[in-house]
Amino acid sequence: MTRPTFQIDGKPVTFTEGQTIMEAATAAGVYIPHLCHNPEFEPHGSCKLCTVKVNGRNCSACTFPAADGQEVLNDTAELNELRRTITQMLFVEGNHLCPSCEKSGNCQLQAAAYFLGMTDAHFPFFYPRRELDASHPDILLDRDRCIFCALCVRASRDVDGKNVFAIGGRGIDSRLIVNSPSGRLADTPIAATDKATRVCPVGAILIKRHGFEVPIGERVYDRHTIAEESLEREEPIVEARHG
Amino acid sequence: MDRHEYEHRIINRIVENHGRDTRQLLSILREVQREFRHVSPEAQQKVAQSLGVCITQVSAVVGFYSFLSTVPLGKFDIRISDSITDHMLGSREVAAGLCRKLGIQPGESRQDGRVSLSFTSCTGLCDQGPAGLINGYAIPRLTEDRTDEIARLINDDIPLGEWPEEFFAIKENIRLADRLLGNPVRPGEALERTVALDRETMFGEIETSQLRGRGGAGFNTAWKWRFCYEGPETAAVCPPGQPAAGIERYVVCNADEGEPGTFKDRVLLQSCADQVFEGMTVCAYLVGAKQGFLYLRGEYLYLHDQLEAVLATRRRRGLLGKTILGSEGFDFDIEIRLGAGAYICGEESALIESLEGNRGVPRNRPPYPVTHGYLGKPTVVNNVETFFAAAAIAVHGGEWFAEVGTEKSKGTKLLSICGDCARPGIYEYPFGVTIRQVLEDCGAADVLGVQIGGPSGTFLSDKECDRKLAYEDLATGGSFIVFDRTRDVIGIARNFTHFFAHESCGFCTPCRVGTALLKNLLDKIAEGHGATGDLAELSRLGRFVRSASHCGLGQTAANPILSTLERYPEIYQARLKTIDFEPGFDLDGALATARRLSGRDDADAHLSQS
Repeated sequence: MTRPTFQIDGKPVTFTEGQTIMEAATAAGVYIPHLCHNPEFEPHGSCKLCTVKVNGRNCSACTFPAADGQEVLNDTAELNELRRTITQMLFVEGNHLCPSCEKSGNCQLQAAAYFLGMTDAHFPFFYPRRELDASHPDILLDRDRCIFCALCVRASRDVDGKNVFAIGGRGIDSRLIVNSPSGRLADTPIAATDKATRVCPVGAILIKRHGFEVPIGERVYDRHTIAEESLEREEPIVEARHG
Repeated sequence: MDRHEYEHRIINRIVENHGRDTRQLLSILREVQREFRHVSPEAQQKVAQSLGVCITQVSAVVGFYSFLSTVPLGKFDIRISDSITDHMLGSREVAAGLCRKLGIQPGESRQDGRVSLSFTSCTGLCDQGPAGLINGYAIPRLTEDRTDEIARLINDDIPLGEWPEEFFAIKENIRLADRLLGNPVRPGEALERTVALDRETMFGEIETSQLRGRGGAGFNTAWKWRFCYEGPETAAVCPPGQPAAGIERYVVCNADEGEPGTFKDRVLLQSCADQVFEGMTVCAYLVGAKQGFLYLRGEYLYLHDQLEAVLATRRRRGLLGKTILGSEGFDFDIEIRLGAGAYICGEESALIESLEGNRGVPRNRPPYPVTHGYLGKPTVVNNVETFFAAAAIAVHGGEWFAEVGTEKSKGTKLLSICGDCARPGIYEYPFGVTIRQVLEDCGAADVLGVQIGGPSGTFLSDKECDRKLAYEDLATGGSFIVFDRTRDVIGIARNFTHFFAHESCGFCTPCRVGTALLKNLLDKIAEGHGATGDLAELSRLGRFVRSASHCGLGQTAANPILSTLERYPEIYQARLKTIDFEPGFDLDGALATARRLSGRDDADAHLSQS
């Protein structure tokens, strides 16, 4: 029996029924840029970095189901420009100061921006005032760097079973909120070993007293592009899920 | 009993009255706010405890809906509509006058807690503005004299119930009736015919009518109902075409009419609610639904009690409830749910999220609500006018309906006409009517342009009056705002752009950040700080937000800018400074902190930016 197939940039990709375009692409070794997607969790579809053209229409690869005969465009100048604009928007929306950030070199936003050839922020900065939460003995929550990917929300809910995080507010005033009467991390059952503290793609959730253990220059995305790293990490996860 | 204990008991009672059902969280929070004039962090905690859910689940919802406040509002809470049509009728001046008379600032509560005043998105009273809400109740025609009286009533602490009734009288303003408004359906008439025919025959009538959703997107109504009836593929049973057994279905009437300049659904619910409910019940019969919802926008709170009364009468007459019209197994009832100030909930999947007690964030699609809607079950979501038309089609037949209109747009359409015209109100036209005809009928003179379909639609110039309202040319949800030559095109685009930035749910990056950037950039240009490069950027950014956003809100949020830039480039050009580059921020404003720290405010401590 022949497996169903669709095309990404003219290259045939086979997939298993029920897979998203992102999953099928990852399994086939095709990188589609993404930030809010992590194959360990339910897809979210919010960052829009994984926008691809499916039969001429923009769709999020992480949520859109693969279908036989689809024509998908991924690595095109138009889509990469759109993605670069999204990374620029995420940079100006928060307060991202790479040179002083512990996550620099391990940060997916920074790595995606490099990968997409972002050389400046382009837009005026918003300089939002966001509350820093250093209350927890082991974990730092720096909302300045939050990009609303909701990975910590999903990890805490689906893996840790603690529901520590949620997205509150609306529009440009959206904020990551914490599930305790005081609204502070110290008053939640979160622990440094929780999955929720390990999934942040940027430097919004950091483990205290572990700063700069790996020197700048030797970090994950200092050595490999985000495309290489993503495929290497995520391909086995997709394979395990869909066999 | 101390305050905390009292609060706790009240909240417990409210939660109890809602069956401790988290899906009713929004209704619960509305009641808590009515009781305490806000939903304090402590109250949020108590609601969460009573429901047995996370505090974040409650506070996320409180933070999402504009009408819910975490700080105390005044005993009299006034919200003035920021719709462009209210602005044109002087709402901002009215608000300033009211503030003066009441001794408050916008966005504040008075020291004694008596009164607060703020601004809100369009309240759907565009034909009788300037309008607003007082303690959630619609209040039209806010003239200088009227606001004098209102200020006096508030300063004298006269309860709202004792205010003159005429203050709250909402006019219908039905100006032109065609075959729908001209042939009202008697309660029960459509249902009698439906149960008398077999299901396929009635489905056939809806199909023949070629009715398309009246909310604006125009999806074929018969197909939508058919997909819901047949259910999701995964649950499909043999033989195909038969309904998937054992799956609940839901019928939802979308009365979250938030598109600025639209008020036809309000009029239908005020004057023809029976026929709307009748249409929902016909739909329920065809798709096999037992439960329906009317999602009523919070601004239409004033309709709530009379709609409940209509439902009660229908139950008494056997037109709702168990065994409708004696037809065994035909059970259906309708629950009214109120929104709380979130335009995005007019998007069908966001509306469903709201019905489930969540923030109104649009879902990823596919799957679509018609197969995976409320509680993941097949759900029909249709606009008020769609159900209204469906009831008439059930009585008069599909052919009767499809006799008028155009090839791809059968039947008639209700328009909400407002702005610069002599006779604002509701007009019913067969599809295909020209803009010129409409302008003539409503008494518009010296027209600059018309906003078709609200801010998310298109701005037409006076040179396009021969264009037609129909899916083939100009699709519309029914908003029709007329602007005469005294109006400022950039000011209009700015009002709409602010609206979208305020209403963006914040889920996806392009809309969350993009609408805020568009707002700031257009403000910069409107205030005379724009340079040539800014116009190119405005257009590029607008096209980006249109193509990259998650849902219809973001995909249309740049329309006001793009459609006016296209038609009136010279107006934008004229507003620019004659330099190549202008900083995106206010240099002098950036020094405010430094001035405060140094205790200086003399001329030398200021920078000129011109």
